Order: sequence, then structure tokens, then C-alpha cells
Amino acid sequence: MQVPLSWLREYVDIKLDVDELAHRLTMAGNEVDSITRTGSLTLDRVTVGEVLEVSSHPNADRLQIVRVNDGSGEQEAVCGAPNVAVGQRVAFAGIGAELIDAYSDQPSKTKKLRKARIRGIASTGMICSEKELGISENHDEILVLSEDATVGAPVRDLICDAVLDIELTPNRPDCLGIVGVARDVAALTGESLIEPPLDYETDDTDVASLAKVSVVDHDLAPRYMGAVIRGVSIAPSPDWLQQRLIAIGERPINNVVDATNFVMFELGQPLHAFDYDKVQDHHVIVRRAFDGETLTTLDGVERKLSSESLLIADPSRGIGLAGIMGGENTEISDETVNVFLEAANFNAENNRRTASMLGLRSEATLRFEKGLLTGLTEIAIRRCLRIISQVAGGSITAGLIDAKDDRIAEQEEVDLSRERICQVMGIEYSSKDVESTLDALGFDTKPIADGWRVKIPYWRPDISIPEDLIEELARIIGYDDLPATALSGEIPALKSSASIELRRKVVDALVSQGFHQVVSYAAVAKGLDEKIGVDAPTPAPITIENPISRDHSMLRRTLRPTLLETAARNTRTWRAPIALFESGKIFIPNRDEMGLPSEIEMVTGVFTGPRSNIHWDGDQVHFDFFDAKGAVEHVLDKIALDADFSPFSDPLYAPGAAAQIFAAKRFAIGSLGVVKPEIWSKFDPETAGAVLFEIDLNMLEKLLDGRERGDSYKPFSRYPDAHRDLALVMERSIPVESAINICRQNRLIKSVAVFDLYAGSGVPAGQKSVALRLVYHSRSRTLTSDMVARAESQIIVQLQNELGATLRQ
Amino acid sequence: MNRDDTLESARELERISLSALAAAGTETELERWRIGYLGRRGALSDQMRSLAKLHPEQRRVAGARLNQLKSTLTQAFADARKRIGEESMPSAKDIDAIDVTLPGRRIRLGGLHPSEAMMREILQAFNEMGFQTVEGPSVEFEKYNFDMLNVPAYHPARDLQDTLWIDRSPQNRVLLRTQTSPMQIRTMETQEPPVRIVSPGLCFRREATDTTHEWQFHQIEGLAVDEGVTMSDLKGTLYEFARRIFGQRRKLRFRCDYFPFVEPGVDVSVDWKGKWVEIMGAGMVHPKVLEGVGYDTSRYTGFAFGMGPERIAMLRYDIEDIRHFFSNDLRFLSQF
Repeated sequence: MQVPLSWLREYVDIKLDVDELAHRLTMAGNEVDSITRTGSLTLDRVTVGEVLEVSSHPNADRLQIVRVNDGSGEQEAVCGAPNVAVGQRVAFAGIGAELIDAYSDQPSKTKKLRKARIRGIASTGMICSEKELGISENHDEILVLSEDATVGAPVRDLICDAVLDIELTPNRPDCLGIVGVARDVAALTGESLIEPPLDYETDDTDVASLAKVSVVDHDLAPRYMGAVIRGVSIAPSPDWLQQRLIAIGERPINNVVDATNFVMFELGQPLHAFDYDKVQDHHVIVRRAFDGETLTTLDGVERKLSSESLLIADPSRGIGLAGIMGGENTEISDETVNVFLEAANFNAENNRRTASMLGLRSEATLRFEKGLLTGLTEIAIRRCLRIISQVAGGSITAGLIDAKDDRIAEQEEVDLSRERICQVMGIEYSSKDVESTLDALGFDTKPIADGWRVKIPYWRPDISIPEDLIEELARIIGYDDLPATALSGEIPALKSSASIELRRKVVDALVSQGFHQVVSYAAVAKGLDEKIGVDAPTPAPITIENPISRDHSMLRRTLRPTLLETAARNTRTWRAPIALFESGKIFIPNRDEMGLPSEIEMVTGVFTGPRSNIHWDGDQVHFDFFDAKGAVEHVLDKIALDADFSPFSDPLYAPGAAAQIFAAKRFAIGSLGVVKPEIWSKFDPETAGAVLFEIDLNMLEKLLDGRERGDSYKPFSRYPDAHRDLALVMERSIPVESAINICRQNRLIKSVAVFDLYAGSGVPAGQKSVALRLVYHSRSRTLTSDMVARAESQIIVQLQNELGATLRQ
Repeated sequence: MNRDDTLESARELERISLSALAAAGTETELERWRIGYLGRRGALSDQMRSLAKLHPEQRRVAGARLNQLKSTLTQAFADARKRIGEESMPSAKDIDAIDVTLPGRRIRLGGLHPSEAMMREILQAFNEMGFQTVEGPSVEFEKYNFDMLNVPAYHPARDLQDTLWIDRSPQNRVLLRTQTSPMQIRTMETQEPPVRIVSPGLCFRREATDTTHEWQFHQIEGLAVDEGVTMSDLKGTLYEFARRIFGQRRKLRFRCDYFPFVEPGVDVSVDWKGKWVEIMGAGMVHPKVLEGVGYDTSRYTGFAFGMGPERIAMLRYDIEDIRHFFSNDLRFLSQF
């Protein structure tokens, strides 16, 4: 809402400077977004001066010497304007003031005023024209200020307007009228509101004899008022009215239409003027449109309507879209002589629904959709009749048509108790504060037991419960003196959330390994999944009906492609190891028990590039499968979960270089693998490749749910370990894990580590050499070398029998 | 050979043997020296044996001299053994000088995403004040996201939050949550007061993006409902929060603002680098919201607040553009 200060001043005296005013309004809930000042100059050193004496210049016929009191003392200036006279208040610019150069070819070129001699007479300043002050093009005469302007005061505040751009909240339709803002200003500054006058003169003809209104759908139009003005002279509005509208960014049209707009911006009630003679039978019918009925609105667009929309009609056709826009067929034109003026109250929800259906958000609907009170209708029509008679003449009929639905019972009073104020705010307000604040805002209060009965004024549809009034008190009195206290009640028992804790552990385990966490958009482009080798996406993804863009039109079903994209993008700017992970939700369309899509918490990680930064003591080696596996193992260690890895086939991973992760032998909790080079090159054709892993946190949570805490201390054995190394030669195709598992079957084995792996010369073709370090241990005694040797030979025999593995010679 | 020859060769033996002993650097060399000089067939024994050829008078003098030599060498040998023993211990002398200015071997440094880091900090502050963290679905029913929060369909307040719809069919209206406030309703539906929760999560709005707006962002909502919860308690709770996040002696400012699910509603600013900066919306839970979940509004009151961790991180870390958060550029991420 644009609020010109000059217009605001019509209804309230403002002594504050603009910035302070804007601050107070903002604190009270009407946030001033910006302040636009008219006039391009700061007008420093330009003050109100009083002309003391005018005498003719000795050396120039057209010039005069003027003595001026500028508040600081007497000054002398040479002036060529014909209208200067003793006693005037003028804009006096002192030396150093920056003014528009009235003689320059460039329109807004400025110059600094310097001490000068004009035809031999010294001048210590200048009396300014409007052009020099930057407020108009007039340079024929000087600007004469009002007689009561204070000598010495800055001129800027007197001649420049400021427009406050207020970002209104949806609950304050009253402030969609300047008077509403003025009422807040009055309450905030202790001034009183100057209500706009509503009276006008009428002729003797009863309006009922000239026009008829039938409201068919009163539920959508609780009140419909009408009046007839005969013999108007349609013309451009007078300057004052045009300037009011221009100042808030409205285009003046003609005097009658401008009057309706003026009242809408003044009081917040939209009105509409019809050409009375074009309304058939002078009979206005308020009804739902027929399905498929059309109406061409004032903007020349033919609108197709449905029975959802409320129509203003005459007996033969629609003549206006109720509360949204008038019809072209009854528009006020230069030929209009008689006017039917409408002021009505329309149902907010229906108005908003129709407007959004038609995509037509007019100034009228901006107000009606907020839900106006029916009391405003009458105030507005009276005000508008007064303005029309002022600016367009004509004769107003006696009486007003008033079709009001008697069933509509608007709430009229709210009881506010002292106890409730204290219950909500934690403090008490004095009776004086309560009463004076509400009074200043226009609420009538009547004391009742332990509080007040408060009458809701016609401009405040947002007030219906005591809390609404408490907010009124708090916003005007201010929150600065409200104490800050701690919650005093019982602290509810905290339940730890297993899923939050688990996610946190996993995230921390990855960060501690040098991963950076990323957060991607949860909605992605359709077709992104195809990029990672998923051909027929099943089940179909969840799509957004009104996406922000095609790039974000469906909910992700996997974190993989976005993560690969992110990694690939970083390879261009990050010449160091790239290890990224995302912990986020994926969305699966099958409905969960609540009837919403399943949201699964996934953790997906990716490595690409060199494993370490370039370093003087090492080669740069690229990340490989075992980096990903190590990362996963580390995470599983952190949550004390054993897992197995088995070969895996997946469209994303290179065959033979991927594994599925199983917990408790049965539950697939994730996967990892080398990204197929042909897929990776779609993301990044420049670099060698990427390895990816993925863990399903929901699955992990289910597994860990109910499991005994795995983090309790276990006593460690006091007996020493015995270490023996085994160098085996075995078939290359046999997984090393098979050998490890055989070793582990022996009850004296505590752990097995692989410390060398080799194939090549010295090892028969098709075979590999595997070196294992076995740690033997007993919890009941110190092992003798005989016991270890016996266990070792058992293991060797078993390896030989089951895997065909032999000891390397 | 006479006595003088013997004395002469004893002097020579002493000189050579001590010099050889000094040169011995290892246990092996030392042992070889012992055998060569002090052993049964060593040089000293040889000389001892040659005493027999001397005149008794001369033998007495020369013998004394050789005995003295023997004890000298024995002592020298013991000293040398001690010396060599010490030398074979690990010693700083064994370490080569290095260029200490060469870069060290480092473990890669990872990092939490700044949104997560900020959220953890914020949540911890409230957790310690007794607020429980609860999470809920991102895809949400319209009734939880709007209707039950006092924002019915066709209410102008819906303009404040443009919505991304999953399903707009009348029987099953589902959307991407525009706020995490639905968790207020979901929590209160299943729990009687006292309630103290904070609910973090991703939210989505159909908004054009610029330096301060994203269509996806995180939000943390808080709710406290009990007997005697007041606006003053809201102020105190948020004060405590602001001090933890923005530092001691921070001040808060409340100004009137409108959110449909609170009444009175306020906008909260913190004094930050000499300016008032808006950090969240808050207020007393609207009685209609409490009624909707079946709470007795004459008995219970509550406050609610909601903030954007990205906005707060932007203040804390001087981040100029909210779009950095989801662009995931390591040049940005690696700074947190």
C-alpha cells in the first residue's frame, strides 16, 4: 500500500519526521518497506525566509534587491522574479546550497550556490523558484510558501512529499485505506483522527423511484447499497484529485471513476459506478452467474463464468463481476449523464475464489477477499456521493437503496478480561492504558466485571476474540517493556529419537573421515534418473503439480544423480580430493499408513579425484572401491553393526566392482561400487571416475531398534596374543574372505588381517598369493607354541581341503 | 732382553692397546680387543710370560709394572664397555636433521553442511531448555500445513506462503510443507500438555529465488503449551536462544506482525553489528489452533516461533547469498 504523507496529513497531524513515523508504524505491525521522497535534492541550507524589504536594483531595471530574514539573520539577495513582495515566506537558499541549474540545457543539472555580485550588488543567497528546488519546471516566479511557515525551518519538509510503501499483513484491510493508516498514526502519536466528512445535499426524488436492486444470492452479498446521481458532467478530475491518485500510482480516468477510486484508497471500501442509462430497466440484480455465461470486463477481456461467481446483472445480461471488476457495457463514458453508484459487501471467500479462478487480482478484490464489515458500506457510499457531487456535479437522489441480509449477524462486541491479558502477556496493563489505547484506535469500551466490553468498529473485521484486542494493546503500547521470563512449568520428559540419533552418528562418522556434507534440492528434473541408467522408473515418481521449474518438477527417488552432479561440478573448481555425502529423504509413491508417500532417509556418498592432496612424499592415487568400502565399514563400526559385502549387480555400478551390504546376513542396508565410466562421463567427461556408496538409514534403524545397546564395556583378557603369518597361494577367483572365514572358524583365532596380496611372476598363472596375519588367543590361559602350532596346522589342512590353497614356499 | 726393554714394551703396549680400545665402537670390536690384549693368549699375557726370562730383581720391578698395566687396561675395558653400551642406546644423535618447513601429512578435513551445523546449534540451545526435537513428513496434508493452523482455504494468509502441490484433488489435498509447523498439530494431536517441542526440516515454497529467497529452505519451529505460558516467557526463551547463538549481551526486539496461527503475533529482531535484524516470527498460539486439537483454551496457553537456519547462518557467517547453501560448491562448503 502506497501512503503519501501529504494525503495522510489530511486525517492526522504529523509532527514526527518521516523516518521516525515509519519506524513507529513498523513496530506496530504496518511494516514500512521503503520511503520514496519526491524532489531529487536534499535542499540542505534552504530555509524559510521572510521578505523584509524589496528595493529596485540601481544598475538593472528588471532586478530587485531583497532583504530577507532567514532565521539566522538578515541576508541580501538579488531577485528577478516579478512576484516577490514584502511579508512573503519564501524558500531562501544560503551559500553552499545545491540547486537545479535553471539555465542549463540538461534537465536535472545542479549547481552549488556561491557568493556573487550581480551587477555590482553583493548577494548572500537566493530566493528560489520551484524549478530551482527541483519540484516543477516553473522558473517564471519564486515559490511563495504558506504564511504560517516558520522562519528558519527547513523548506524540504514543506514542499516535498514522501510516499511510505507499507507491506500490509492480510489481517488489516482497514489499512488498505489511508484513513486506516491515519488511525494507527493517531493512536501511536497521541493525535486525534480527523474523520473525512460524509454529508452531501440531495434532491427530492426518492432513489427507489429511479432504480431497483434485487439480491438473489444474499449469502454472497450480505449488503448491497445503491444511489443515483443525475446530470453529472463527466470530465477529467480536478488537480487535487488527480494528484492524490497519481501519488499512489493510480491513473486518473474521469471525475466519477476517480471519485470511486479515491474513496476506495481513502476508506478501503471498493465502489463501482455504472452508467445508469445503460442498466436495463434501471434494475440491478445480484446473482450467481450461469455456467458458461460470459461478461466482458472493463479491461476488454471476455470472461467465461461459472455458477461459482457472483454477477451484477440487469434483467438481460451481466454488467459487472461483483467486487472484482465492472462490465464494459455499463462503463462510465464521456456521454454518461446519470450514474448508478454501487457500494456493497461481498463474501470474502467467494470473491477470492472467483478472482483466482479468473486470474484477475484487482484492487477491489484485494480488499473484499480480506472480509470487510457491512458497516463500512454505508460510510463509503456517503463519502463517495459527497466527492462525486464536488468533482462532477449532478443531483443526488434522496435516500439510499440498502439491500441487507437480515440473517447476517456480525459480531459486535468482545469481552476482554484483565485476567486474560495477564494469562497471555504475563503482565498487567493499567486500566488507563487499556482504555486510552483502545479509545485511540476507535474501540468503544465499557467497564464490566474484571474487564471491558469492547465494541468492534466497522473498519476492523480482524477483531473477534480477546487475543485480538490484547494484540492491539501490545502493539500500540509496545513490547520493549515486556519482561523476559523463563518458562516455569514442568519440563516434559525428553524421549530420545532413535532416527535422529542414528543419523547424527552416521553423519558424524562421515565428517570425521573427511567428507563434506551437501544438501541438494529434494525436487529434481524428470529424466534425471535415466541419466544413471534407470530406464523405466518404477514406481512412477511423485510429481509436483505446479513446479517452480522443469528442473525441479519431481520428488527425488534417489540421492545418486544429484550427488554425482554435485561431485562432477566440483571437479572443475576443486583440485583436491572430493569426498561428499548427502543425508536426506527420498520419496517413494506407495502410501504409508497415514496415506502419504514413504519418505526414506538415505545417506549417499561419493569419492572422485585423487585420494589425497598433492604431497612431496607421496604419489597421488585415485580413490577406488576400497575407499568407499572403508568409509562404509567405518560408519558401521561407529554404530557397532556387523555387515557382509557380496558382489552386486546394479545399473549404476560397473559389473564386478560393486557390492551389496547386508546386515545380520539377510537385510540389505545399502550398496557401493565403482560408477560405470559411461555413466560418470555423462556427468564429467574430464576426470577418471567416481565411487559411490549408499546406506538406507530407515533399514538401519529397524535393525538397531530393539537391539541391546552395543556400547557396554566388556572385560578384556589378560593373556597374551600369539601372532603367526601364513602365505597362501590360491585360485584368483576365490574371495579372500573364504580363507579368512576358515581361519576364523578355529576357536583360538582372535583376528585375521590381510597384509599382502600379489599375483604375477613367481606365482602360477591364475593364482594369487595372499598373506594373512593370524592372531591366536585364549581367554583362559597363555598359549604355548605347541598349541599354536597345532591350531595352525589344522587351519592349513582346512585351507588346503576346502579351497585348494597351499603354503607359499 | 733386559728390564728396560720390558718396561719399554709395557709402555708401548699401554699406548697401543688404549688407542685400539678407543677405536672400538661396537660390542664385537670390544670383545675382539679383550681377547687380543687381556685374553689368556693376549698381548699382556705374552709379556707376563716373558718375565720369566728376567733376573729376579728385574722381574720384581717389571712384574709390578705389568700388574699395574693390567689393572689400567681392565679398568679402561670396563669404561669402554660402559661407553659402548651407552652409545648403542637410542639417542637424538641418530636422528637426521629435517626441513621442518615441509608440509605435514594430513588427514582430510570434512565438514557439516552449514545448515546442519547451524541447526544443531539452534536445536541444542532449545533441547537444553527442555524442548524435544521432533521430525515429520515433508510431503504433508493440507489440513496440517494450513487448515488446522487457522489458515483455511481461500484465506488471504495463504498468499504469504505460495505452495507447491503434489495433489490438488478435493478428496486428497497433499502438498510440500511450506513450514514445519504441521508438527505442532501432529504433536498436540497425540499428546496432552505440557508440550515443548522444536521441529526442524526442509520446507518448500513456490517463490522466485534471489539473494535472500530460496524455494527450498530449512525451518525450525518451536512450540510450548502449558498452563501459565505467556508472551513474557516467549521473550525470555528467545533471549536465551539469542545469547547462545549471537553472543552474550545481545538484545531482542519484538514488533507486531501477523501470522495466522498466533495472536498476538510478533516479529523478532536481534541487535547484530549495530542494526536490528529480523530473525524469526513468533507469538502466542491462536486459540483456534489449540481448540482444533482439543485443548482447553481457558486453561492452556502456548507460544510458538519459527526461524530459518540459513538466514541465521547468513548473519553469523556473513554469507551474502542464500543460494550458496544448495549449490554445494566446495569453495563454499569447505569454509565451515
